[in-house]
Amino acid sequence: MIFGIDFASILLGGIAAGMVLFIVSVGLSVTMGLMGFVNLAHGGFAMFGGYVIVLAMNHWGMGFLPALAFGFVVTAIVSAAFERLLYARLYNAAELDQVLFTIGLVFIMIAAVTLLVGPENQPLTLPPALRGQIDLGFTSYRTYSIFLIVVGVVIVLGLWLAFERTHIGAQIRAAVDNRRMAESLGINVNLLFTITFAFGSGMAALGGGLGAEFIGLDPQYALKYLVYFLIVVAVGGPGRVGGVFYAAIIIGVLDFVLKLYLPKGGTIFIYGLTILLLLWRPHGLFGRKET
Amino acid sequence: MTTLGSAPTAAPAAHGTPAVDHPAAHALARRHRLRWWEPLPWILALAFYFTFPNYLGFGTELLITILFALSLDLALGYAGIITLGHAAFFGVGAYTVGLLAFHGLWNEPISSLMLAAIVAGIVGVVSGLVLLRTQGLTLLMLTLCTMALLEEGANMAHDLTGGFDGLPSLPIPPLFGFFEFNPLFANTQYLYALAVLLVCFVYVRTLVYSPFGQSLTGIRENILRMHAVGSPVRARLVTCYTISAAIAGVAGGLWAQTNAYVNLGSLGLDRAATILIVLILGGHGRLYGAFVGAVAYAVLSHFLARIYPTAWQLGLGLALVIIALFARNGILGVAAALGRRLGIGRATP
Repeated sequence: MIFGIDFASILLGGIAAGMVLFIVSVGLSVTMGLMGFVNLAHGGFAMFGGYVIVLAMNHWGMGFLPALAFGFVVTAIVSAAFERLLYARLYNAAELDQVLFTIGLVFIMIAAVTLLVGPENQPLTLPPALRGQIDLGFTSYRTYSIFLIVVGVVIVLGLWLAFERTHIGAQIRAAVDNRRMAESLGINVNLLFTITFAFGSGMAALGGGLGAEFIGLDPQYALKYLVYFLIVVAVGGPGRVGGVFYAAIIIGVLDFVLKLYLPKGGTIFIYGLTILLLLWRPHGLFGRKET
Repeated sequence: MTTLGSAPTAAPAAHGTPAVDHPAAHALARRHRLRWWEPLPWILALAFYFTFPNYLGFGTELLITILFALSLDLALGYAGIITLGHAAFFGVGAYTVGLLAFHGLWNEPISSLMLAAIVAGIVGVVSGLVLLRTQGLTLLMLTLCTMALLEEGANMAHDLTGGFDGLPSLPIPPLFGFFEFNPLFANTQYLYALAVLLVCFVYVRTLVYSPFGQSLTGIRENILRMHAVGSPVRARLVTCYTISAAIAGVAGGLWAQTNAYVNLGSLGLDRAATILIVLILGGHGRLYGAFVGAVAYAVLSHFLARIYPTAWQLGLGLALVIIALFARNGILGVAAALGRRLGIGRATP
C-alpha cells in the first residue's frame, strides 16, 4: 500500500504539512541563530496571527489572501513593539530568564485570547477555489494541500534569494556566523534583529493562518505545537534557512506517515530520532559549529 | 571534593589576610548551621494540620509540590542545569508506584516510594549521562524530548498504563499496616507527606552545604574555572541530576499514593512548566525557595482562579514576565535584597 499511487498522496500530504511547519518555524530559527534567544513565545505569535487572520475573515468578511497579508502585517508590527520594549532587555540575560519570560508571555497570550475571543476552536472557511480536489495527471489530490506546497516553495525561494542575494541577507548571515565580528564591521545587529524578529513573527502568523484549516486554532495552539517548532529548529540547526526547510519537510512527512500507520503514539519515533540526532550533532543536521 | 573542602580557608589567604579571621571564612564555615527561623516552616505545617482539618487534601498536594520543587532546585538552582523536562522523573516515580500497585505486584507505601526513587534515579543517571554532554538550547530540547518520549510511551502502552485515562483507584494499603489512606480525611496522607518531605529536605540541605554542594554552585557560576581547578564537572553534574531525579521520583510516587491514581498528567509539559514556575517564584538556589514558591503559587491560584479561571493564567504570565525582567531571584531574592537595604544583618544567602 505504501508504494504506487498511495506513496504519492502520502508524500504530498506530508510535504504540505511540512511547508506549514517551515513557514512557522523559519522565523524562530533565524532569531535563535542571530541572538541565541530562546523564544518559546514564537508559537504564541503564530497563534496571534492565526486569530487575526481568521477573525478578519469571519467578522469583517475579508478574503483569504488579503486576510493573510493583514495578519502578517499586524503580527509583525505587534512583535516589533514587543521586541523593542521587552525582549531587548533580556539579550544579555541568562538563558533561564529568557525561558521564563517567554513562557510568561505565552501564558499571557493564551489568557488574553481566551478572554477576548473564547476558548473554542476557530473554524477557518477556505475560499471555494481552494476547496475540493485537483487533478494532477497521475493522481488527484486536495487542492489546498497543493496550494500549500506551491506557497511554501515560493516562500522558500523568496527567502533563499533574500538571504543569498540581498545586502540585508548577507548581513544576517554574517551576524549568525559571528556576531561580534559583524558588529565590529559596523553592522547594526540590534536593528537587524528587530527586522528579522518582526518578519519571522509575520511568517509565523502566515503559518498559523495557513495551517488553521487542518491543525486547528484554539488558545492552546501556542503550547501544543511549540515542541514541534522547536524540534524543527533544533534539527535544522538554528539560523539556517535551508536547514529549517529540509527539517520541516522531513518531520512533516514523518509525522504524516506515522499518524497514518501508527495513530496511537507514533510521534514517539519523532522524539526518539530527535534525541539521537541532537546527541550525534548538537547543532542540528545543517548547523555549523559555533565559533 | 578535597579541592573544595579546603577552599574556605585557602581563598582568603591569597589576599594576604590571616585565613581564619577573614569574614568570608567565618561565613563559609558557619553556612550549614541552623538559623533561628529554620524550624518555622515545619511548625507552620503542623499548625496547619490542627487548624485546617478540612483542607488536608490541599495541604498534601502543597507538600508534594514543595518536594518536587526542592528536587528541581538541586538540579536547576544549585547545579544550573536548565531543564524543561523535570516532570519526566515525577511521572516515572508516579508510574512506578502506580504500575506495581495496580498490577498487584507490590504496594507497601514506604518501600514503594524507595522503588520509585530507584527507578527514577536510574532514568536520571542514564539520561543524565547522555544529555548532560550538551548545554544551552540543545540541552533544553533534549530534556523536553525525553519527557515527551516518556509521555508518548506511557500513552502508547495502553494495556499496561491505561493510556490517557491512567490507572484509577490504586490499592494502597495502610501505612505500617495501621494508618489508612482515607480519601475523604487526608490526615494520614498529610503527615506521611510531611515526614517524607522532612527526610528529603534534611538530605538536600546536608548535600548543598557539603563540599559537593559547593562544587555544584561553582559549576553553575563558572564551569570553565571548575574544569580548570580539576573538578570532575560531568561526574558531579550527573550525580546531582540523578539525586534530583530520585527525589522527583519520590514526589511522584507520593502523589500517586496519596491520590490513589496515576495519569498522563503526571509527566507532561504542563507539570514541568508549573514546577519551574513554582521554584522561580520562590527563588531558586536557596533551599527555601521551594517552600515560599509553592505557597505563593497555591495562594495566587486560589484567589485569581476564584475571580475568573483565565485570570489565573494571565496573572501567572504577568508574574513570570515581571520576575524575569525585574526580580531575577524570586520572592526570597527580593526579600533578601530588601533586608540588605534596610540593614537587617545578612539575610538568607
